[in-house]
Amino acid sequence: MNPSNYVVLSAVLFSIGAIGVLVRRNAIIVFMSVELMLNAANLAFVAFARMNGNLDGQVVAFFVMVVAASEVVVGLAIIVTIFRTRRSASIDEPNLLKY
Amino acid sequence: MTTFPWLTTLGVVPLVGSVVVALLPRGRGLLAKQVALFFAVLTLGLTVAMALQFQGDSSEPFQFVESHPWIPTFGISYSVGVDGIGLVLVALATTLVPIVILAGWNDVDEDGGRGTVKGYFALILVLETLMIGVFAATDVFLFYVFFEAMLIPVYFMIGRYGGVQRSYAAVKFLLYSLLGGLFMLASLIGLYVVSAQLTGTGTFDFLTLTGLEIDPGTQKLLFLGFFFAFAVKAPLWPFHTWLPDAAAEAKPGTAVLLIGVLDKVGTFGMIRYCLPIFPAASEFYAPVVIGMALIGIFYGAFVALSQSDMKRLFAYSSMSHFGFIALGIFVFTSQGQSGSVVYMVAHGLSTAALFLTAGFLMARHGGSSAIADYAGVNKPAPVLAGFFMIAALSSLALPGLISFIGEFLVLLGAFERYLWVGALATVGIVITAAYVLRLYQRTMTGPVKPELEGMHDLRGREITALVPIAALTIVLGIFPAPLLNVINPAVDRVMTSVGATDPTPTVGLGTTVEGTDK
Amino acid sequence: MTELMPAEGVFSLIWVLIALPLAGAAILLFGGRRTNSWGPYLGVLTVAASGVIGVLMLLGMMQNSPEQRTYGQTLFTWVFSGSFQADMAFQLDQLSIIFVLLITIVGTLIHVYSLGYMAHDDNRRKFFGELNLFVAAMLLLVLANNYLLLYVGWEGVGLASYLLISFWQHKPSAAAAGKKAFIINRVGDVGLSLAIMLMFVTFGSVGFQDVFGVADQASEGTLTAIGLLLLLAACGKSAQFPLQSWLLDAMEGPTPVSALIHAATMVTAGVYLIVRSNVIFTAAEWAAVAVIVVGLITMWMGAIIGSAKDDIKKSLAGSTMSQIGYMITAAGLGPIGYVFAIFHLLTHGVFKAGLFLGAGSVMHGMNDNVNMRRYGALRGVMVITAGTFIICYLAIIGIPPFDGFFSKDDIIHASFERSPIIGILAMLAAGLTGFYMTRMVAMTFFGKARWEDDAHPHESPKVMTIPLIILAIGATFLGMALVYWGNIESWLEPVTGVETVELALPSWVYELTTLVLVLIGAAIAWVSYARRDVPVEAPHGSWLTRAAREELYGNQVNDALVVQPTYYTSRLLVWFDNKGVDGFVNGSAAFVGGLSGRLRRYQTGFARSYALSMVGGAVLVVLALVLVRMS
Repeated sequence: MNPSNYVVLSAVLFSIGAIGVLVRRNAIIVFMSVELMLNAANLAFVAFARMNGNLDGQVVAFFVMVVAASEVVVGLAIIVTIFRTRRSASIDEPNLLKY
Repeated sequence: MTTFPWLTTLGVVPLVGSVVVALLPRGRGLLAKQVALFFAVLTLGLTVAMALQFQGDSSEPFQFVESHPWIPTFGISYSVGVDGIGLVLVALATTLVPIVILAGWNDVDEDGGRGTVKGYFALILVLETLMIGVFAATDVFLFYVFFEAMLIPVYFMIGRYGGVQRSYAAVKFLLYSLLGGLFMLASLIGLYVVSAQLTGTGTFDFLTLTGLEIDPGTQKLLFLGFFFAFAVKAPLWPFHTWLPDAAAEAKPGTAVLLIGVLDKVGTFGMIRYCLPIFPAASEFYAPVVIGMALIGIFYGAFVALSQSDMKRLFAYSSMSHFGFIALGIFVFTSQGQSGSVVYMVAHGLSTAALFLTAGFLMARHGGSSAIADYAGVNKPAPVLAGFFMIAALSSLALPGLISFIGEFLVLLGAFERYLWVGALATVGIVITAAYVLRLYQRTMTGPVKPELEGMHDLRGREITALVPIAALTIVLGIFPAPLLNVINPAVDRVMTSVGATDPTPTVGLGTTVEGTDK
Repeated sequence: MTELMPAEGVFSLIWVLIALPLAGAAILLFGGRRTNSWGPYLGVLTVAASGVIGVLMLLGMMQNSPEQRTYGQTLFTWVFSGSFQADMAFQLDQLSIIFVLLITIVGTLIHVYSLGYMAHDDNRRKFFGELNLFVAAMLLLVLANNYLLLYVGWEGVGLASYLLISFWQHKPSAAAAGKKAFIINRVGDVGLSLAIMLMFVTFGSVGFQDVFGVADQASEGTLTAIGLLLLLAACGKSAQFPLQSWLLDAMEGPTPVSALIHAATMVTAGVYLIVRSNVIFTAAEWAAVAVIVVGLITMWMGAIIGSAKDDIKKSLAGSTMSQIGYMITAAGLGPIGYVFAIFHLLTHGVFKAGLFLGAGSVMHGMNDNVNMRRYGALRGVMVITAGTFIICYLAIIGIPPFDGFFSKDDIIHASFERSPIIGILAMLAAGLTGFYMTRMVAMTFFGKARWEDDAHPHESPKVMTIPLIILAIGATFLGMALVYWGNIESWLEPVTGVETVELALPSWVYELTTLVLVLIGAAIAWVSYARRDVPVEAPHGSWLTRAAREELYGNQVNDALVVQPTYYTSRLLVWFDNKGVDGFVNGSAAFVGGLSGRLRRYQTGFARSYALSMVGGAVLVVLALVLVRMS
């Protein structure tokens, strides 16, 4: 199978994720879209590693997974806390961190 | 020559002191002051011991030299050493610190709420370490590090312990100085690159750098970066406006260290770094610098004449004095440069006397520094008025005091090289007398203000702080040889590295008469 | 140039001359209250001890031949840098010793007098300390062997003068007068500084011996410049036109100060400077002419002011200006006049000190009132004061055989030797001296009593009258002594040179004419102020009287030309500093602040808009990469 298909798939997934982040308001969905983008990147890493015949990309993919996992922990915690205080998971509402 | 690491020890002692002071429990203000004073006096004692071993007639450019590699990749090393100029300035710093601690004994209290007592004194000691470092560094990069690091303690000393507008003043001081330092950093990197091109391996070693034949065009560019930093620090007209604000908001002790010692780094940098490393550029820019200095002399004096606030008046008067110092450096005569260095010491002492005496006066009247709030102080507090008089006379360079020797040599040096510049600058002494005596007249003489009746005179601690300054001012004025003996050889070396010689008298003395103007 | 003799024997004590009063000053000023009780006596003793050493030195000097009367003593090298060097070194010669004796002996008398005069002042100790400081500085001035050290003494006396004029600091007028004196003197100091610098640049040295040794090799232009600068210095210190205006205000100081500093010694420092630098003035003719012009102008200004003032001290101050004008004129005449300038300085120091102390004694008995219109008929109640005052009065107007006759006549002679115009002006001024001094004596001691109701005039205590008597004896015999017994001309000849020119008429003609003029002046004053009643309120007077009362508008001119423009400039620069320089600095800060304020608006707080800009940015980067790749 042509490895470039994986790259294309990765690009498609990344675009879906990016659009998801931009258009959805629900924080959980946005969060999932971010995860989608991360995994799209992982896919690209692995695909390129395969194409170039070295393991660097695969190693990085593991790193990304670790980072993504920790990010989920912190991110979900924040979302839960915000939901508890505001009774809403919309990310447009908490805009306190402005100028 | 001993191998004892004098300068490092000198720098470490106050640093250790500051750590000790900072680690003391919060409520023990008195203990913190005592410990700080102990370490400051110890440093002073070490300085005296070191100065006694200094050989004025040595052929070595620097003494008490130490050198250890620091960042070898970039040719950076921890190198320290002093020549006569560095030595007197180190001595000035270590003399003023214990005096400032003693004088500022009650300047901060725990109830103020902003900063702790121990914090203030720990900052003073940190500053002392950095001041010693900046005067002792013989590696340009090391100098730069100390130069910038000094800003930090001063920023906190003004910003935390200062007056009402303290944060405005502190930020203005910090940003202005950082801006200057930034230009210097750029030049510093440029200098490194140039040295790498010329010698193959880049270096920041001062002596190596002075030996380089840098292309004049490059010199002119690099000079500007250094000079701007020093001109801000000194401060020369028109880069002075941070000074009045900083001086007015700072505690008297902070102001003494700031103007008395820290600002000297600017003029010290000019004579130590600008001239020997960039001789061609120094000569090229000399007319500009002399112009700035002349403007500064008169501008500062005229503005001081109309000030209604004592501390601001002192700040503007210092600006005028810095004009004299810069003038002496850039006329390229040995009299002018020796005079400048003596002037730096003298100005340190006179500034200290003025600020501390004024500080004692203000402490007795709710901290007000407005001149109009005082009149007739001489009556209730004659000793205070007496010290104020000595400080004022030292500021106006009365012959017989150390400041006169500095001022006269500067003017003589200027006069030799550029007759009209010297003559014009000399007229400045009239205005100096006018604003100093006007201040004395308005605050100390006349009928006593009712609210000042019964004001108590200076007490033991305050007198103890002022007596050394007054004594040094008078004794060195009558017998300046200890200063001149170490300064003159250093200045001669600067003159040699710039390639300048003193003009010869038109009528030869005892030798063949050339009589050029006959 | 005369050889310097090593300072041996009594001459090794040259530095002690200065050190004694200096130590006295230090002890009294720094010693604090614990010296209150004995301090004043110590102050008297130190000056007296210096006086004794001075006399011993004079005796020692007389035993040597005239060429061997210059002694040098070097203590240590004081200021040195490059080829510049100034030593802490002294030179005692025939000229210095005259000053040493004048300063210490008259100084001692005035110190003793002050014991009585200042008896009730709280700050008596401080007064004596500052007086001692003055004596030390003045001795340094006349003993220095180079111009830079002379400068120290020069400013030292200025400092002492400043401190003592504003001694009664609680009076704003006294504080202002002291400041004025110092600042105007500083203008003169600029002249001295520049002269010293010019000497160094020209001759490579500032020592007297070095400079005078090679002075004739410099160009005349340079020498003229040095001479004019020295003249500026002399004008400041000696209150000569155009820097004269401080002297009248200086009368705010206690009367002994006026006697010692502002009559006998300090104000004559300018004369010393010119005579000491005689080599330069002899070689620079135009500088010498300027000296004469300044001297003549001040001679007349002082006399006119002295004729109109009702304040006894200010009238005497005018007289001092005028008499110093004589000395300066004589010093400008060259070798024919130097000796007489010093001679008159010496006699004037004695009789003017007597006059001032006499005036002080009168004020002491009159509740410190200085207005002569409230005096009158005091000769009966103050016999000794009146007697000594009148003797000194006869001396100043130049009645033989009192000492002023000899010295003033010599100056008038010398003036005629130079030019009849100078001679006639000096002669007429002598007539004016007769007028204003007679006016003073008549208003004070004769006529009717016009005392204020609470005045109870009385003679002063002995501690004050004995110095008066000694000074009066001096005023009687000093002139004769210096002409007939110890010839001052031949004494000073090695230092100043002496020259005489044949006059057109026999000398008694000049003497007699001068005497007649003086007597005419005196007679006019006697008729106007002793025979007629003196109104208690000053009459309106002619325009000249009014101008003289206003000190010939010297203050107004200074104010309009210097003081006001200075303050105007100052205020303008303060405005410029705040709005211009600092405005620029703060303006750039405000600009950055404002800019960031605008940019801040883009931080909306909506996370998705941030995400959009991130995506936009990423797209741009990718596009750029692609474009670069494709090109």
